[in-house]
Amino acid sequence: MSRAAEVRFERVWKRFGAGNVAVRDVSFTVPAGTLCTLLGPSGCGKTTTLRMIAGLEYPSEGRVLIGGRDVSALPPAERDVSMVFQSYALFPHMTVLENVCYGLTVSRRPKREAMGAGRAALESVGLAGFEARLPSELSGGQQQRVAVARALVLEPSVLLFDEPLSNLDARLRRKMREEIRDLQQRLGVTVVYVTHDQAEALAISDKIIVMNQAVIAQEGTPRELYASPASAFVAGFVGEANRIPARLRRLDDVDAEVSIGEARLVLPHRGLPDGPAELALRPEAIALLGPADPAAMLEGAVSKAAYLGGVIEYTVATPLGEIFVVSSSAGSAPGAGDAVGLSFGRHGAALLPGSREAP
Amino acid sequence: MSLATTQATAAIQPAPRARRWPARPGEVVAFALVALFLLVFLVVPVVTVVTVAFQDRATGGFTLAHVGDFLANDLFRTSFLNSLYVSLMSVVVASLIALPLAYFTTRFEFRGALLVQTLGVLPLIMPPFAGAVAMTLLFGRTGSVNLLLGDAFDINIPFMEGLNGVIFVQSVHYFPFILLNLTASLKNIDRAMEESAQNLGAHGFRLFRRIVLPLAMPGYVAGASLVFIKVFDDLATPLLLNVREMLAPQAYLRITSVGLEDPIGYVISVVLILFSVLSLWVSSLALRGKDYATVQRGGGGLARRRMSRGQAVAAYALILLILALVLAPHVGLFLLSIATIWSFAPLPDGYTMAHYGRVFAESSQFITNTLLYAGLAGLIDVILGTTIAYLVLRARMAGARWLDYAAMSALAVPGLVLGIGYLRTFFGITLPDGTSLAAFWGVIVLALAVRRLPYALRACTAALQQVSASLEEAAENLGARRLRVVRRIMLPLMAGGIAAGFVTSFATAAVELSATLMLVQSSNDAPLAYGLYVFMQSPAGRGAGAALGIVAVVIVGLSTFLSHLIAERGGGRRSA
Repeated sequence: MSRAAEVRFERVWKRFGAGNVAVRDVSFTVPAGTLCTLLGPSGCGKTTTLRMIAGLEYPSEGRVLIGGRDVSALPPAERDVSMVFQSYALFPHMTVLENVCYGLTVSRRPKREAMGAGRAALESVGLAGFEARLPSELSGGQQQRVAVARALVLEPSVLLFDEPLSNLDARLRRKMREEIRDLQQRLGVTVVYVTHDQAEALAISDKIIVMNQAVIAQEGTPRELYASPASAFVAGFVGEANRIPARLRRLDDVDAEVSIGEARLVLPHRGLPDGPAELALRPEAIALLGPADPAAMLEGAVSKAAYLGGVIEYTVATPLGEIFVVSSSAGSAPGAGDAVGLSFGRHGAALLPGSREAP
Repeated sequence: MSLATTQATAAIQPAPRARRWPARPGEVVAFALVALFLLVFLVVPVVTVVTVAFQDRATGGFTLAHVGDFLANDLFRTSFLNSLYVSLMSVVVASLIALPLAYFTTRFEFRGALLVQTLGVLPLIMPPFAGAVAMTLLFGRTGSVNLLLGDAFDINIPFMEGLNGVIFVQSVHYFPFILLNLTASLKNIDRAMEESAQNLGAHGFRLFRRIVLPLAMPGYVAGASLVFIKVFDDLATPLLLNVREMLAPQAYLRITSVGLEDPIGYVISVVLILFSVLSLWVSSLALRGKDYATVQRGGGGLARRRMSRGQAVAAYALILLILALVLAPHVGLFLLSIATIWSFAPLPDGYTMAHYGRVFAESSQFITNTLLYAGLAGLIDVILGTTIAYLVLRARMAGARWLDYAAMSALAVPGLVLGIGYLRTFFGITLPDGTSLAAFWGVIVLALAVRRLPYALRACTAALQQVSASLEEAAENLGARRLRVVRRIMLPLMAGGIAAGFVTSFATAAVELSATLMLVQSSNDAPLAYGLYVFMQSPAGRGAGAALGIVAVVIVGLSTFLSHLIAERGGGRRSA
């Protein structure tokens, strides 16, 4: 599928009635042939953004471009964009094959050809032999595959997914997200994928756009978002993070010396001025040490310990507040009430430039 | 100043421009056609009626003189009080019938629940006026019951004397409205509510008064106000029982005997509308913000208790008595339809099928007309209903809500008033063949359609609400044009609901009389209900009238059964 197209938003607004802004002045680009995730909590505007790509909503202001063509005012039927709906939206009064062929039938493709393409699409999602069933006779995972096949059969230049895995159980969710990623890689198609599940987003995306309260909070690769969250919101939404007060002193154009209590650390200052700042600290990047360990940067006492099999989650009370630590359950483990030392390095710590905004 | 600034920025930044949801031309046309229909066939006739009531005939200016005439006249004051009295008493008697039934079925482990549910719909499949004559034969001064009572105990109970007759017939006919509403709200009370109240120490009467009663009250009030207004507006039952000193019969008699110009009929119409609006308001007030559907999935209704043997006997006795009462019009009508002579005797003297023969041989046009009119009215209703539902829910067109409100407002327009309005509005319009538009049978169809539109509209709206919008979006996304989506996705999935709406409209239109009575100009164009009414006027026609009544019951009964089947099948497919 060489026709994969770039998707581009230019200063797009979407208002529903007066004072209800769903999308506020949003601009971004999804390069052709990549998988981009729109990630955010419910009500952040990600689904509205996706629906504007499909033409199911029209922007109040701004332009939507697909493959360089302004489609802002085009009806959904003329966009060459296929969508997999959250509820799958399979037509209950049609068979599986009729569902998959629907797009071809509508565009008046000859019946033989449509049937052939439909069968091939069903085969590609592993559902050969299910042609004559009704959607109500399929399991959730199978319905999901039919929905994907129905979207693929039109060979669209952009494929949209609206929380496609939210109706599946955890085990199936992992399998299906891998299949979607495989499919995208195999076909080289542009995919825009909406989810509120950060693990899902991290696992499959070339690029993630984090949205919050109708605006883009941050965009970047999964690694960039996790390693250098732009705000407390992103730090807390993509993975978990302890937010610790710190003081900062610039060393040069890039780095600053950060004081956390008595400890010192050198980190990129990310444009922050000298003075008080906030540090995001990943729970798995913190090492638990013995109470008198000279390497300890912070002293504290375990207030809670929860054994989760492979890992143990600790809450440690320190002079800087409660700190959440995840560490391997192998070896000796301190229990509640034990005094511990904490240490951490550059990895898993980042200054938060947006920390003065509301979280 | 601000305009200039805006233009300047627009010149610098040409890209962003405001864009609304594009209204499709077809939707605009549909909106305009529906609005025009409602305007011409609902709003204008009703406004005309109200205008005439307050218009000075000489000058055309506003006047309260007609209202004054109405109030000054003893007959009209009596009629008004009679209508009020009959409606209120009907609510009381209907409540007395409905309350024990609702209580037994929801509160006790009770095998007769199915029986009571059947009781709940039986009266509704028969037009009340059809049973009125049969009820006279059974309960009148020389009716079967009083003859038997007279022989045995030498007493005579005036069931059917004057206003009593109207109250009796109406409450036996309309009590299902209270029963159904009350049962529904009692069933919606979560058992956990009752249990938590008990857990907190409430029991016995206190529990009933503080928990059960307030939770069940909205349903009761809604049902009771419906009964009130149905009785208050009804024309045919009092007329057939020869009770003239009530509002609706007076309006009818003034218009038909004094003439279309007589303003008193219009003043009475305004009173009828006022009371309709009032009782609808009371019912919506009772239900507003009190959606006491407290059931949290699964188990519903109050805890059921076992009845002791004595209680069970008493309950069954009461239910059988009510069942006998409810079936009385049906049985009476059937006996009358096969009776040779039935007079001054508990049972007819002999039996014959001659009345049916006569009805089918001489008056079959009544039946074909009814099927045609009610069928067309039902068709118009589902077309309008589906269109309005689409405009409101899918096109989300500004102003579409007003079409919904306007269509629903037909609920507050008594049939008699609509009939008078049609006569007045369309009488002056002459058709190409020289007759008046008001005399054209199509006008009856339109009146029936407007009267039944609210039922069909609610059915269609509910049907469309059950079709997930994402199905339509998926079809559009796959390249289907809007019209194709409507035809191939939306309508097929709505089919069950649309069919149910059609059947409801059809069945109720088939036995509607008050609007029809005003609009029928010749018996060739008359529907069944009108023929029934005419037959019942003369003792010789009663047998044939009863036969026609049985035909009506069969038509409505079959339709009701059919809609039940459709609903069952639709439910089955959804849950599959």
